[in-house]
Amino acid sequence: MISFDRVVKRYPNGREALAGVTLEIAAGEMVVLTGRSGAGKSTLLKLIALLERPTRGRAIVNGVNLSDLPAKRIPAFRRGVGMVFQDHKLLPNNDVFDNVALPLVVTDTSLREIDKRVRAALDQVGLLGKERQLPEELSVGEQQRVGIARAIVGRPPLLIADEPTGNLDPELAVEMMTLFRRLNSVGVTVLLATHDLHLVRESGLREVVLEGGTVHDHTVGALPTIKGVR
Amino acid sequence: MGSWLARHLHALVSSTGNLARAPLATALTVAVMALALALPQSLLTLVRNTTSATGNLSGTITLTAYLKPEVGEQKADQLARSTRARSGVARVELITATQAMTEFRRNSGLGAALDVLPENPLPHVLIVTPVPSASDRASVENLRTALAAWPEIELVQLDSDWINRITAILSVLHAVLWMITALLAAAVIAVVGNTVRLEIQARRTEIEVTKLVGGTNAFVRRPFLYTGLLYGLMAGALAWLIVAAAILSLRSAVRELAQAYGSQFVLAGPGLHELGWLAAAGALLGWLGAWLAASGHLARIDRNN
Ligand SMILES: Nc1ncnc2c1ncn2[C@@H]1O[C@H](COP(=O)(O)OP(=O)(O)O)[C@@H](O)[C@H]1O
Ligand SMILES: [Mg+2]
Repeated sequence: MISFDRVVKRYPNGREALAGVTLEIAAGEMVVLTGRSGAGKSTLLKLIALLERPTRGRAIVNGVNLSDLPAKRIPAFRRGVGMVFQDHKLLPNNDVFDNVALPLVVTDTSLREIDKRVRAALDQVGLLGKERQLPEELSVGEQQRVGIARAIVGRPPLLIADEPTGNLDPELAVEMMTLFRRLNSVGVTVLLATHDLHLVRESGLREVVLEGGTVHDHTVGALPTIKGVR
Repeated sequence: MGSWLARHLHALVSSTGNLARAPLATALTVAVMALALALPQSLLTLVRNTTSATGNLSGTITLTAYLKPEVGEQKADQLARSTRARSGVARVELITATQAMTEFRRNSGLGAALDVLPENPLPHVLIVTPVPSASDRASVENLRTALAAWPEIELVQLDSDWINRITAILSVLHAVLWMITALLAAAVIAVVGNTVRLEIQARRTEIEVTKLVGGTNAFVRRPFLYTGLLYGLMAGALAWLIVAAAILSLRSAVRELAQAYGSQFVLAGPGLHELGWLAAAGALLGWLGAWLAASGHLARIDRNN
């Protein structure tokens, strides 16, 4: 699903956020990307979403080489990658239904199909019945779940989430992890970035640690190896 | 197809809603655009009217044929009659040398001084007025050539210098008109572009998120294009009203002027044809301005790719 080979990302200001990342994530896996702030987690996810292009190396996602995909084909590529953001990026003036429907509205989906799939997605995140509420009328946890519903409504094979629990208290964070695991159990490949190591501890999930711009360690369900992170 | 149509309708309706939400700003933008469209249309209407007015006056074109000095008065009279018989000729006036001298004596004030002349140096003259339908350049030129070919005729002069001058002025005006039109078209594009740019700024997040979930640039652009189109249509219609009102208010003044010159000329207002034209031009320019603004913004977002 994701195959990185010595991928380098250097920003125009000269900052090298990724200094040769090699990483394989198979279809159906769930992986947690950790590392201290500034380690390059967001950069790696941005490459996967084609919000940035790799500077060097070979990066393949969903069978697509990220280095040479023509700009014209980026929208179609992105529809195959569900994205969840820390600040959820919901449209404040659109209600829950319209927010979740957006990925379908931008394609040739019929209104009837949109209605069906938005309800199914809201059901999966436990928000059925809140269609006509505005984001500001929801709790933080609910807002984040609307963001997840929007990410999965197009049934992408890959779901990436950048600090999805960053704004949530520990209890909600655990709930959110459970939700991601449930989505993963129905076949969606999931890649989460977080600097919150408590989330990963004892989760039994595969952990990929970024440090100094490279993948420092692969551990499966082991304790974190980075010092200096709370 | 059904959902394609639905999406366009959705974009159109949401654009209409956006315009209605800020009626004052919308009205101001439309007014500025309308003025920019109305100005060249007014000038065009004036130029057209002037052209048709000079067309009306072309009935007063005359040719002056100077006979050779040796041609006698009787022969001159005969020539006048055969000229009168030609098709395309409305009137022929014979001014004999004697009449001409009498008139010259009166008008010049030289009086007795002219008595010094041994004989009348003036030739007989035919003043030929063509019918209006044969008053165009080519017909008049034909007539002139035909008359000049007669052995008794020394020279044929075309008394249409002033018409030529107006025609020249009109063609300069036409060129100026096109320049003004081009400049104001650019102004319309700029006004729409700026308005759409403000709207894009207001909907930045929406655009960003739409692109994140896989919306194409065409999809993002669409509502803004409709906005530009609607602005243009409204501005075109308003421009037509402005021109019509201006013509209407000038009409009685122009009629008086025309009557003072003995003409029945009436200023023609813009018709339905012009309404369609202005609306189409407005819509096209509005669309173009919106397209430029939206594409510029999208290009800035896409810079990384
Ligand atoms: N757009 C950018 N331009 C320049 N430098 C950037 C940009 N984005 C991130 N960086 C830098 O790249 C490094 C990695 O950042 P980031 O990927 O956001 O790390 P993380 O998500 O792990 O905190 C940081 O030093 C950051 O300052
Ligand atoms: Mg980050």
